[in-house]
Amino acid sequence: MLARIAWRNIWRNRVRSLILLSSITLGVWAGIFMLSFSWGMSIQYVNMAIKGQISHIQLHHPEFKAEKKIDFAIPQASVVVDRIIEMEGVQAASGRTITSGMISSPVAGAPASILGVNPEQELAVTMMNDNVVEGDYFPAGRKNQILISEKLANKLKVKLNHKIVLTLQDVDGNITAGAFRITGIYKTRNSTTDELNVFVKSSDLSPLLGLNEGELHEIAVLLKEHVELAPVYYQLKSDFPTLLVEDWRTLAPELRLVVDSFKQNMYIFMSIILLALTFGIINTMLMAVLERVHELGVLMAIGMNKLSVFLMIMLETVYLAVIGGICGLILSYFTIQLLGKTGIDLSAFSRGLESYGMNTLVYPALQNNQYLEIFIMIFVAALLSAIYPAYKALKLNPVQAIRKI
Amino acid sequence: MAVLEVFDLVKTYNEESNYPVHAVNHVDLTIEKGEFTAIVGPSGSGKTTLLNIMGGLDQPTQGKVIIDGKDISFLGENKLIDFRLHHIGFVFQSYNLIPVLTAKENVSFVMVLQKTPKKERDLRAEALLKEVGLEDRMDSRPAQLSGGQQQRVAIARALASKPAFVLADEPTANLDSKSATNLLDIMHKLNREEHMTFIFSTHDSRVIERARRVVTLVDGKIASDVRQDVS
Ligand SMILES: Nc1ncnc2c1ncn2[C@@H]1O[C@H](COP(=O)(O)OP(=O)(O)OP(=O)(O)O)[C@@H](O)[C@H]1O
Ligand SMILES: [Mg+2]
Repeated sequence: MLARIAWRNIWRNRVRSLILLSSITLGVWAGIFMLSFSWGMSIQYVNMAIKGQISHIQLHHPEFKAEKKIDFAIPQASVVVDRIIEMEGVQAASGRTITSGMISSPVAGAPASILGVNPEQELAVTMMNDNVVEGDYFPAGRKNQILISEKLANKLKVKLNHKIVLTLQDVDGNITAGAFRITGIYKTRNSTTDELNVFVKSSDLSPLLGLNEGELHEIAVLLKEHVELAPVYYQLKSDFPTLLVEDWRTLAPELRLVVDSFKQNMYIFMSIILLALTFGIINTMLMAVLERVHELGVLMAIGMNKLSVFLMIMLETVYLAVIGGICGLILSYFTIQLLGKTGIDLSAFSRGLESYGMNTLVYPALQNNQYLEIFIMIFVAALLSAIYPAYKALKLNPVQAIRKI
Repeated sequence: MAVLEVFDLVKTYNEESNYPVHAVNHVDLTIEKGEFTAIVGPSGSGKTTLLNIMGGLDQPTQGKVIIDGKDISFLGENKLIDFRLHHIGFVFQSYNLIPVLTAKENVSFVMVLQKTPKKERDLRAEALLKEVGLEDRMDSRPAQLSGGQQQRVAIARALASKPAFVLADEPTANLDSKSATNLLDIMHKLNREEHMTFIFSTHDSRVIERARRVVTLVDGKIASDVRQDVS
């Protein structure tokens, strides 16, 4: 009966209730949409960094990262790479030889991080070929090819097909050098790493460094879409106990921060929106209570206890807030479904974004548990906003209330 | 048997001020079961105040109210609400009903509060509405009923809780004379057939004529208390 009365009470002032419902719906929708937008942007950013640069998982010799010495190579790494490629859930894996040295043209020199790669493997993991803007991605045949970035090419004042010299230290600590021909020029969205990274074939680099056959410094692993990271990660750990296995969260703490801080921002952002809505709800419900003073007085006079009166007003408020909240959730769900497929084109404002290494098409997205968390937040907000009007009703004195028409 | 006794009842408003209002001034009154009593008097004579105190809605400044042998002066707020629910039926001047409930639901409501089983509730609500002549308006909402019909629903509701007596503060004040007469007919019938005790205040001389007992208040005091024969 209480629930029925509360429900019908909502519809006594249809216009007012509908206005309140719409404002809750729109508020929730706007909030969730903003969230999905920024979540979409975040995961896009993270995915791009994973796919283009760091991959899901990397394996190293346990001491390589700290010392950066080429001695700390993974023995028989090419066998390891082949085994990883066969693993369940793995899309691709690429072995790399890594060292640092100097790159010099006849007119200029620059420090460089030199990555020796197996072109086919690297292509499958980072899709490096997509970034080639001039020349080709390791055309077949010739030895000592090098792929450098546009930025570095400008700095060194070199063009395609020019020769440059790499100077580096071999395993025995001797300085050696090799001449390479620029067969490709690339450009990624990340201009800071572009300036440093140059790519050569590991088959050309390893002999220069004096590494043994099959020795590599880094294996990058890319997983298939929608594959859970954890099982593959633990499998790798147990299969290669002597190697350091790290996932992208450890490899790039800044990316992890993007994901983690989103959660935090979500709560803060939603709380602000809900706080604003809460005041709207309190205002409306207070009005509803105050214009029913006489009626509430009669109810208390004929024997409705204070708890029931309190509950009735609470219920009315919660109904409104929950209905509005659910409408908002449903509306945003469909908006996100739709725009999550088509994407939102930000190219008009994209200059800034691109320099951050971000895509100009944003695909709004939200995880199911995030919807649930938001719903719980709405529910809590509804309860909180219900308390004051219900408390007001509780404070009514039936005699005075009845004398009031 | 007395259903209601008040002893030396005083209600003073603005006690602390220079002009205290003695709305009820040392009133003693006993109402026997089955009586049909009108409380009359000029405006401001204290009728509403007295009825509110007798119904446990208001606290007296001094004196005792005993209902069904129980002194209600010491009941706390929640106990008092519960006591009203089980012992007193109320009819107010107007806007008595819950607008969002139908006539039948309004009558059932007090029985819901009393936790009467649904079947019994439905039967009793229907029977009571039939008694007040509203068997064909059971599913109408108050807004769809005339003032007189609304007051009849209010009477049915007041009776639904099986109270010791029904208190009605100017139940006919907002009714035309035909509806007022009709309402009095119904109250009379319930008084005769069910032995329901009615205590009501009124200004209306035609209503006063039909009361078996007339208590007249002047300035918060009982000026006269007469019994009369009515048809
Ligand atoms: N809350 C209050 N505060 C102060 N004085 C009050 C209050 N309620 C009633 N009074 C005063 O008490 C006196 C009795 O009022 P009451 O309403 O009981 O009279 P009444 O006989 O019912 O009048 P009416 O016939 O106009 O309904 C009046 O003088 C009134 O002004
Ligand atoms: Mg009065």
